Amino acid sequence: MSDLDPRDELVEHLPAMRAFAISLTRNGATADDMVQDTLVKAWTNIDKFQVGTNMRAWLFTILRNTYYSSRRKAKREVADVDGTHTESMAEKPAHDGRLQMTDFRDAFAQLSDEQREALLLVGASGFSYEEAAEMCGVAVGTIKSRTNRARQRLAELMHLDEDDSLELTDDATMSVLTAAKVASF
Amino acid sequence: MAQASANRKRESVIDENLKRVYDEALEEGIPDRFKDLLEALKQQDQSKDAAK
Repeated sequence: MSDLDPRDELVEHLPAMRAFAISLTRNGATADDMVQDTLVKAWTNIDKFQVGTNMRAWLFTILRNTYYSSRRKAKREVADVDGTHTESMAEKPAHDGRLQMTDFRDAFAQLSDEQREALLLVGASGFSYEEAAEMCGVAVGTIKSRTNRARQRLAELMHLDEDDSLELTDDATMSVLTAAKVASF
Repeated sequence: MAQASANRKRESVIDENLKRVYDEALEEGIPDRFKDLLEALKQQDQSKDAAK
């Protein structure tokens, strides 16, 4: 017999939900609205949560679905399309940690929502590729390629390659990256 | 080999920054509105139960 109400657990996941929402949307107000909607949905649909499974994954799934459905509804001016360049990105970054973080934020903002999401789930929130794939409703390979492309794009935008003494052509860089990926998975 | 280690270094720079951005948001704490909301949801349920 279990009198434990899984809803009592919700509060523990709030900081992570908020961090994910803020990092995904880069907007505190939007993030908080999403978290609020998610809390209400989770509370009223708690019977759909399978006790014993990962509650954080369940909540993050509701959260990202909330985000994507509001994005569809609002059709807001999405500037963060793959391949967008801004002039500010042409500057070479300073190697100071703080400035590098500003560069990172700028670059991160230029990824697509899907790329940002994949990186956040796998790189920051500690989910496995499999968990992230299930949460996003896509194949594991899709999550892997999204994170790889996101990392590659960030490296380009942050000019991380330029630190290397070896000049590689794009094709050579690609093949090296691919080889490195295969090795690390 | 040099490339592979450069790639690893590159990835670690990215992952460190990613972690920092996420952790900063994590450390912001939780606005009261969420605790108030949970409290309100709880009370709503209790008054529903009481009405049965």
